[in-house]
Order: sequence, then structure tokens, then C-alpha cells
Amino acid sequence: MQCMVCKQNTAKVHFTQIVGDKMQRVDLCEECAKAKGVNDAGSFSFADLLLGISGEKDSAAAGATAVAAAEVDELKCPTCGFTQADFKKNGRLGCPECYNTFADGLEGLLKTMHKGTRHVGKMPMALKAKTDSSERLKSLQKRLEKAVQQEDFELAANLRDEIRQIAPRSSTPAAP
Amino acid sequence: MELINFLSKPSDFSRRTGPNDKIVLSSRVRLARNIRGFAFPGFAKKAERVRAFEVLRPAIEATAAMADRFAGSMDTLDALDKQILVERHLISREHAAKGPGSGIVFNHQEILCVMINEEDHLRMQAIYPGLQLKKAFAAIDALDSDLESRLDYAVSKDLGYLTACPTNLGTGIRVSAMLHLPGLVLAEQINPIIQSVNKLGLAVRGLYGEGTEALGNIFQVSNQMTLGESETDIVARLDKVLAQIIEHEENGRQSLLEKKPKVLFNHIGRAYGVLSNAYSISSKETMNLLSLLRLGHDLGFLPGVERALVDELSIVTQPAHLRKKFSDELQPEERDLLRADMLRERLAGVPRPQCKALGDDASLDKPQE
Ligand SMILES: [Zn+2]
Ligand SMILES: [Zn+2]
Repeated sequence: MQCMVCKQNTAKVHFTQIVGDKMQRVDLCEECAKAKGVNDAGSFSFADLLLGISGEKDSAAAGATAVAAAEVDELKCPTCGFTQADFKKNGRLGCPECYNTFADGLEGLLKTMHKGTRHVGKMPMALKAKTDSSERLKSLQKRLEKAVQQEDFELAANLRDEIRQIAPRSSTPAAP
Repeated sequence: MELINFLSKPSDFSRRTGPNDKIVLSSRVRLARNIRGFAFPGFAKKAERVRAFEVLRPAIEATAAMADRFAGSMDTLDALDKQILVERHLISREHAAKGPGSGIVFNHQEILCVMINEEDHLRMQAIYPGLQLKKAFAAIDALDSDLESRLDYAVSKDLGYLTACPTNLGTGIRVSAMLHLPGLVLAEQINPIIQSVNKLGLAVRGLYGEGTEALGNIFQVSNQMTLGESETDIVARLDKVLAQIIEHEENGRQSLLEKKPKVLFNHIGRAYGVLSNAYSISSKETMNLLSLLRLGHDLGFLPGVERALVDELSIVTQPAHLRKKFSDELQPEERDLLRADMLRERLAGVPRPQCKALGDDASLDKPQE
């Protein structure tokens, strides 16, 4: 869905304005929503942020009484069936998978409540090992490409062996 | 084994010591963890919670640190035992209200304690007396590392440990210290301190956590943010702020001694008077007056008293502890009578506070340890 204001970006913020006796749906991208103050942290509850709806704040838009009505895109966690409305009720999520389901809405929310939006610190050893080796693999592959480009075939062969040791079944770019 | 027999005796528990325990009652580090494939406890149906419990409890019981332990599900503990656990700060009030599918495991001396299916699948904590955040973190970190090989933790590379509430996401860590701050309260400096601590992104709460009043001049300081900052950085930040609060409390006590000694002696003398002479006293008044008695001890006004006695009394005079000792049927008014009897008896041998600075301003004694 396209943003109504800039008509360029994807609309991520939706709310319904009531102007007179007509209901008007408003769809904004994150930038335009911010410009209109819809993302102003503090004036919106966490749940509202997640829901991506605006409150009475935006009444200036039409110079009319703008009453927000929760326009919920029925987003539902495929794993546990949790909905945005459930989150609005108690501020807790339904299951670990919900973090994927509601990732877009959560991003802004996490920004307001935490120091950062990416985890820093402890990780289970198994996951850490996996992450480390996938990052090592990436860097080896980059070096391999470069070696091939520079026609350093001896180095390329060594790098390829190393890559095969980490990821025996993953395909590697073939050196000529 | 019965719960009360496994718990440490209040007389032993209150004798534990740690660095700075004049001001820091205890240091606690809590980790929130969840496992894959189960809804969070607040959203799961009872059957799913019970299934998760069947996975979680044996895993915890299998860890080395929990070799010597008490374990129980909340539906097998009676209401009074649950209240005792709340009064010992081993479970939250919310957890005490839970039934089948929720439980608790804690080890000898209550250093390590795991709540199963509270808000998250696991809420595990380590508590040490005094200011020992690093030690508490090391202990709970070790238990967590043991558990990660036994359970399939819900964790993502970008968001860290996934928790029911986004406020705990990432490290899932809550580092906190329980502080006794009568000096700052009496000197009326506590509010600006709380405000500046809040500005640093730390929370200040009362004795029983979230939204409770500061009974007995006891305050809990803890981190709020859990994502984007490592565990060790959070612990270090708390340590730094706590060192400052301790300094302020010490200064507050010292300046009261110098500038308003009579106000100080009045509070301590009255506390002693009421505690050792009352025939009926509420739990709340007891907590507040024992706090002043503890301050009196720390300032050297009660040479005949051990701090452990004051601390023991603040455990055993709590409602559930009294009911356990006397009778489950006790009504609040009856408890107030028994509480007063207990206090008079235990304080009978304690001589009146000696407020040395009065009448002899020149020889203001150094506070006693
Ligand atoms: Zn736009
Ligand atoms: Zn879900």
C-alpha cells in the first residue's frame, strides 16, 4: 500500500479519521507519519505505536474533529494466533514467533524503550558458534573472490579448502 | 521436604554479611528466558503451560547448582507457604497467585531461585547479601549456561533472548540492589536522588517491587533497558550509580548527626520506645520502626545490639511468618498482639539507645560498624 502523502513509500501507519460524518482512511509511510507527529513517542502509548494508529493528536489535518478509530490490519501470529489487539490489551506478546510476525511494528517500540534495537551481550554457545562460522564463511568467500580476480590460484585453492571444512555441503564459487 | 524446613532460619539468614551491607541489603541479578515451541505463560492455555512446566522443571533440577534444592509446583504449595516465599523475596506476588503449570526451584541458602511460568517461562535470579552484583551475575550466568544445553532457548541473533514483554528483550537481565536509605529519607533528600537515578535510565521501587511504597526506607534500584547494552556493561553501570547512592546516604547520615542530632535521636529513641513497649503493632509500623533501629545501630547508638537481631525481627514479624509460627487462622488484630509480644520479648535485654552526641557536642563519636 502506497503512502497518501508522498505517494512513493510503502504505507506502514494506518488510521481512520472521522471528518464530519464521513470516515476517512489515512495511510502513511514512516517518514511522513513522523513529519506529521504520528510517531512522536510519549504522546502515543506503546500499544498504539505497535498498532500503528494515531490518536486525537492529528485533528489539525482537516480542521475537524478527528477521532481515531483503531484500524487494525488483522495481523495475526501464525504460530500462536496472537493479534495486535491482544498486545494492546496487556502489552505482552503471545510466543517467541510473535517477534517475527510483528517485527515492523515493534521496531519503533523497541527504539523508545531500549538503548538500541540490536542485541549486544550473551548468546547461547550453539547460536554463537553458528553465527561466528557463518560470518567467517562470508569473509572467506570474499577473500576467495578477490583471489580469483587477482588470479592468485594457489591462495584461492587454499581458501576453498578452508571453506569446505567449515561448510562441507555448501556450494562455493568455483575457481577457474 | 516441607518448605519451611528447607528455607534458612531467619536467625541464620540475617547473620549473612557482604560488602557495604550497612546500606546495601542485597544484590540481585535476574534473567528472563523462554523456550521455543511454547506460547508465553500469559498467553498459553493451561494445558500448554503444564506441558512447558514438564519440560522446564526437570531441566532445572538436573543442573549442578540445583543439586541441593527445593522444587514445587504452585498448586502443591499452600497459600501460606506461597506468602512466606513472597516475604523472603523468592517469588513475586503475581507468581504466588498462580496454580498448576507454574512452580519454583531454589537451592540451599536461597542464593539461586527459578520461577517457572511466571511472566516468562523462566525467571531465574541470584541474590547475595550486601553489594555483590558481579558475584550475583556470575552465579546466575553459570546456571543459565548450564540450562542452555538442556533447553531450546528462544533467541534470535538480532534481538537476543525473546521475552513475553518487549521491555525485557535482549539480555533479559534485571540487575538490582535493595538499599536501606533512612538517612536520605530523614534528610529529605530522597526525592531528588530518585529523580536523578531515574534520569540515568534506572528504576527506583519500593520493597516488594513494581508500584509499592518504600516501606522501612527500603528502595530497589534496577536497570530498565535490556536491549543494546551487554550484561557486563549494565552491571558496571549499576555498580557505579550504587556507589554514588551509598556515598549520598553516608553523607546524609553524617550531616543529620552534625546538623540535626535531636531530630535523629528523637526518631531512633521513639522507635526503640514503641518497639520494646507496644502491646499491639502493625506489620507496616514495625518495618518502619525497625528501619530506624537499624540506623541507630549503624550510628553506634545501640552498643548492645547486633544488626542481625534487627534484621531477623524484620523477617519473623511479617504476617505470613507469624501465621506459620502461631496459627494459620490468625486475624490481623491477633497478629498485631503477637507481633508486639515477640518484639517486647526479643528487645527486653536491649538497653536504651545512647545518643552520645547530645550534651557533649565536642566528642561526637565515629559511627560504629
Ligand atoms: Zn510518505
Ligand atoms: Zn506468536
